[in-house]
Amino acid sequence: MKNLKKINIVLFLLCITLSFAQQTPAPKQVKDFAIVGATAHLGNGTIIENSIIVVSNGKITTIGPADSTPLTRQAMDIIDAKGKHVYPGFIVSNGTLGLVEVDAVKASNDLSEMGTYNPHIRSIIAYNAESKVVESMRPNGVLLGQVVPRGGRIAGTSSIVQYDAWNWEDAAIKTDDGIHINWPNSFSRGRWWLGEDPSLKPNKNYVKQVKELKDYFNEAKSYNKGDKKNVNLPFEAMSGLFDGSKHLYINADDEKSITDAVNFAKSNGVSKITIVGGYQAGNIADFLKQHNISVMLQRIHTRPELEDHDYDYTFKQAKRLVDTGVLVSLEPSGQMERMNSRNLPFYAGTTVAYGLTKEQALQLITLNAAKIMGIDDKYGTLEVGKSATLFISEGDALDMRTNIVSKAFIDGRDINLETHQTELWKRYSEKYKE
Amino acid sequence: MIKVHLRLLILMCSFSLFAQDYFPSNTGVIANNSNYTAFINATIHVSPTEIINNATLLIKEGKVVSVGTSISLPKNTTRIDLTGKTIYPSFIDMYTTFGVKKPERGGNGPRYAASRSGFYWNDHIMPEQDVMVSFKYDTKSASELHKLGFGVVNTHMPDGIVRGTGALIALNNDADNAMRIVDGETTQHFSFRKSVTSRQSYPSSIMGSMALLRQMYNDAKWYLDGNVKTKDLSLEALNDNKNLLQIFEAGNRANVMRADKVGDTYNVQYTIVGGGDEYERLNEIKRTNATLILPIDFQLAYDVENAFLASTLSLSDMRAWHQEPHNPRLLAENNIQFALTTHGLKSKKSFKSNLMKAIESGLSKQKALEALTTIPANLLGKSDLLGTLKAGSYANFLIASGDIFNKETKLYENWVQGTPHVIANMHAKDIDGDYNFKLIGNDYTLSISGSTSKPGAKLESNGKSLGTKISYANDWVNLTFKTADSIKKEFIRVTANTANGNNLIGKAILPNGNELSFYASKLKKETVEKIESDKKINSEDMYMSPITYPNLAYGFKEKPKSETLLFKNATVWTNEKDGILENTDLLIKNGKISKIGKNLSAKNAKVIDATGKHITAGIVDEHSHIAAVSINEGGQNSSAEVTIEDVLNDEDIDIYRNLAGGVTSIQILHGSANPIGGRSAIIKLKWGESADDLIYDNSPKFIKFALGENVKQSRFSRNERFPQSRMGVEQVFMDYFSRAKAYDDIKKSGKPYRIDTEMEVLAEILNKERFISCHSYVQSEINMLMKVAEKFNFNINTFTHILEGYKVADKMKNHGVGGSTFSDWWAYKYEVNDAIPYNAAIMHNAGVVVAINSDDAEMARRLNQEAAKSVKYGGVSEEEALKFVTLNPAKLLHIDDRVGSLKVGKDADVVLWSDHPLSVYAKAEKTIIEGITYFDIERDKQMREAIKKEKSELINLMLQDKNKGLKTQPVKKKEKELLHCDSMDQHQ
Repeated sequence: MKNLKKINIVLFLLCITLSFAQQTPAPKQVKDFAIVGATAHLGNGTIIENSIIVVSNGKITTIGPADSTPLTRQAMDIIDAKGKHVYPGFIVSNGTLGLVEVDAVKASNDLSEMGTYNPHIRSIIAYNAESKVVESMRPNGVLLGQVVPRGGRIAGTSSIVQYDAWNWEDAAIKTDDGIHINWPNSFSRGRWWLGEDPSLKPNKNYVKQVKELKDYFNEAKSYNKGDKKNVNLPFEAMSGLFDGSKHLYINADDEKSITDAVNFAKSNGVSKITIVGGYQAGNIADFLKQHNISVMLQRIHTRPELEDHDYDYTFKQAKRLVDTGVLVSLEPSGQMERMNSRNLPFYAGTTVAYGLTKEQALQLITLNAAKIMGIDDKYGTLEVGKSATLFISEGDALDMRTNIVSKAFIDGRDINLETHQTELWKRYSEKYKE
Repeated sequence: MIKVHLRLLILMCSFSLFAQDYFPSNTGVIANNSNYTAFINATIHVSPTEIINNATLLIKEGKVVSVGTSISLPKNTTRIDLTGKTIYPSFIDMYTTFGVKKPERGGNGPRYAASRSGFYWNDHIMPEQDVMVSFKYDTKSASELHKLGFGVVNTHMPDGIVRGTGALIALNNDADNAMRIVDGETTQHFSFRKSVTSRQSYPSSIMGSMALLRQMYNDAKWYLDGNVKTKDLSLEALNDNKNLLQIFEAGNRANVMRADKVGDTYNVQYTIVGGGDEYERLNEIKRTNATLILPIDFQLAYDVENAFLASTLSLSDMRAWHQEPHNPRLLAENNIQFALTTHGLKSKKSFKSNLMKAIESGLSKQKALEALTTIPANLLGKSDLLGTLKAGSYANFLIASGDIFNKETKLYENWVQGTPHVIANMHAKDIDGDYNFKLIGNDYTLSISGSTSKPGAKLESNGKSLGTKISYANDWVNLTFKTADSIKKEFIRVTANTANGNNLIGKAILPNGNELSFYASKLKKETVEKIESDKKINSEDMYMSPITYPNLAYGFKEKPKSETLLFKNATVWTNEKDGILENTDLLIKNGKISKIGKNLSAKNAKVIDATGKHITAGIVDEHSHIAAVSINEGGQNSSAEVTIEDVLNDEDIDIYRNLAGGVTSIQILHGSANPIGGRSAIIKLKWGESADDLIYDNSPKFIKFALGENVKQSRFSRNERFPQSRMGVEQVFMDYFSRAKAYDDIKKSGKPYRIDTEMEVLAEILNKERFISCHSYVQSEINMLMKVAEKFNFNINTFTHILEGYKVADKMKNHGVGGSTFSDWWAYKYEVNDAIPYNAAIMHNAGVVVAINSDDAEMARRLNQEAAKSVKYGGVSEEEALKFVTLNPAKLLHIDDRVGSLKVGKDADVVLWSDHPLSVYAKAEKTIIEGITYFDIERDKQMREAIKKEKSELINLMLQDKNKGLKTQPVKKKEKELLHCDSMDQHQ
């Protein structure tokens, strides 16, 4: 293996001299391979020590303990992973990778569209498969994610992609999976430039804003029941919410907003509902469980919102929800969320320090995310019949010290782990060796 | 000259009733009145400490002639009998904007130059401003103040950092300004707030205001000494106003400290307008020796009926509601002198109720009266005229029904300069009681109550109560009541006079228009004389939720003390040549690391079993922006004159949260708004200590510089400030260092020179007494700054951010500069395109001293994990990686002789971790600074419970207030702004 690595590096250095752009997406898997000897973390809570994983045609065909799982076919590559760990590819919930390249450069920003009600806005067509930020996910085991538009009351429609592709069509795993709503805020701020108190006070327009949203849903429903002779693109895009084909994601943080949002969605006959953010979701975990509402929990590495809140308030929310039986995944939104998405495993790691087991934490960024987004038939766990989207880490991938990814596969494709950043690293490391 | 001229104009324009003797009269004969008026049989408070019963006050021509019990009255005396009534000297409000129109916002967009000439270079310095220029007597406000008991106010123009002179005005509604102006120039006014009339950007922060004031004082001296050949009317005025009372509007206890600090440097003792939160740190406030002018704009209880909304209230806001009314008492108990003011009240009417609240909270009535009379009079140098009723004083007094600090007491008249202002008719007869009368055969019983305040009436006839309305004034009663007929809505109206207070005589008008005579006779009633006893202040009112240090959630009721601590059987990361020691003991004594070794024991030590745990040196964050109220002074391209030490915030909850992440020392850097930023504060996170006590003793001196996109204002819509490119940035440095060199040469030559703080600071850099920590991104600019420094023969100490440091690591090594970087941040702006997480490793491998910093209050809580990323990205050893957040930043900050490693004799700044300190699974269990445990994970749990309990108690009290019918205010969600490099002060 070590030799292989060296060869890789040499090959790679050659590549640099040829081109200085994004990495080339890996070709389709042609030859079967088996990963032998690793501790396999299945993503569903189970571990198989000293495992064998056989991958054929992009799918896992065999997985089990090495001593009881005989390798039947000979024509395959063997990857010796003794002492290493194998994980399903980590999945970013509520991500925005590929929509912005450099935060402060407006020209590189396709994050949100003007207007308030934008259900018809589709993120997938703006997804930049060649983003340098996207490629920087892979060396940390972050291989899949949702691409979500932001802004407005109804932000638009998201899709789910894998992070090694030529273009957005290649990248797409599931297009137009759901519509994203930003629930009205419970608090609003005075306009200090008009002499108003700038502190946060209860939002006087809350009821009005919620009613507007209700009216919009009612109008959309009426439209979709009619003959649709006069095409209304936004209403058209809403139809999936009413026939159960689309998921409704509602960004809401405090317990009152969350409760109102869930009741709103239920009363509109929406079947798949997820709360995104959910800062206080833990306070009403029973309610969420009872209504079968999943949560994409806000970035774990966030300061407590209120002065009086426990210093570890955000660190321990995942446990509160998981213990109650709520389906939870982790989302990264916030400042610098795109480049920080590669820290997803460490967000999960933090939840371990604050109560979850390592395998529970792993589920937050694998199986649970896949379940919420409805891609768990193919992704999210290491199981026979599922996509071989997985990676090998030298050690515990939820801990930064040991998250050292030596190989990663998406649909069985052996993907390149080099990035713009590793290239610069190698180039300048070489410079000082002279 | 201009000033004097204008004032004359005003005086000449005004016409008067009390014409001065040399003014001609064209409206009649000049009729002088030199009669006496005597107020007899009154209880007279001559001063807060002198009360005379059954006494006489004799006044003439607006002044007190004499006061006492045996006063012989001249023949031409009008007598006013005040039997049963009380006289007080009227109140003085020394901090108002009475008669001054609020200035309007001027101009738009930032500008860097002053808009005036002939004055100081900064528009916000206006000592030449004279309040009398814009003063216009406001009868309406005066009447409002009369009702509160005020007779004299000091007024000023509330605009600018230096606001010019204030004047003392008697609220005499019947006189003209010639009479009312007690003194046209009493005070000189200051604040930290800029003028709204000018858009000049500088200063844009409190620390900038402080620096500007200091420079102004230096310049005033330089000007006074005759060193300036041109005219500066501002500095002239400042020097002229030197002997007036200097009043500084601070607005909160932290700013009280800041204002006093500025004054102390120039031997100016400000009288300081506080904020009502001074009780939080009384010892400090006492140390200022300042007299305070105290607003009493106490918070209303929050409306906590909605439990969801109530849950967003912070303990600190809730406590403020409960504690603020105790502020005057606590200041008085600590012998801190203060005057009271109506300043800051949203509604002036609440002055009385708030004053009562302060008294109910234990402020003595004598102190209250002093704070409203003798203290302001004395401060204003007018004790001979104001504040008491001694002979020769103005006849400024109040006639009240009794104790003025009693809720029930009625204020009848407010006399100013011998002119009465009637607030309530003190001769009004009390007609409360039951009356009988007959009308068209029916018997009626009428009950009147509250006739001297809010009259009310009840009427019964044949056992049936009838809807009734009553009004009563000047002996006339108007009564309207429904007829007994319940179907028709008809009314009988009565108008009657009561000459003797016993019977009502007049006429009744029936629904059909017929008039009948009306006579109601008063029933004799055994009147029980109500004994007005002072309402005893019960202990419930005196209860105050406890003050903690700092006064918010997780504050300490009692500050924790330094302990002798023995940790047993830990893994000790020494950061010294001993490396990582397994199964080792560590002894802390007298705030220092006393011993490291096996099987240690110590007398009286608290022994802590650390089996399976790790101990490291406390984390040092080279780049932080917590615990400060300002970060950027961006009003100019250099702000070396400002210092973060001026604006520390000792009650920032992020201090506590940082401690919970194992952080013990931080450098609070100025932001990156300009190439030459401000001076740093290097502090220890001693949660609970006051701002100044956080700063390192003999702190190394640092300043922030910045390069790149922020300083060239890449994302600004207007391009007005130099520099706008990296090329310009170099020239800013060349210019400033050249000038600093010239400045330093003159200074060293012994010739007189104009003290310029900015140049002083830059000269310190040239003299290697101050170090630069420079915000930097791309290699070109990094290289440039090293070359500039080399030209001036000094070294850059630290590049912070330094995201392309790996591209010039060899040059950095040769220059001798360290790098303090992010572990993995990039892609947030164009200049971090080539930022890589391997940066720390490459620089480290090239021999550069490398630190990993936060620049972020959240990330600071996990710096150990950020260091661990260097293991992942670039394969740095774990031992070296930990040094990136401990020893190395200590070295870069020149504090490694005290902190950064575990070595006998060094400060006991240590962290006990639950797990391997570089692991994502590790939690800080104890964070200790100099032997004091500032964070303890077990104590934290107890505090959470205590916070919950206290909040519930306060919510109960607020609900009680609401149920009593008291006003409430909507809840407020307290937020803490996350400050970083780009943060500017809000609303400055």
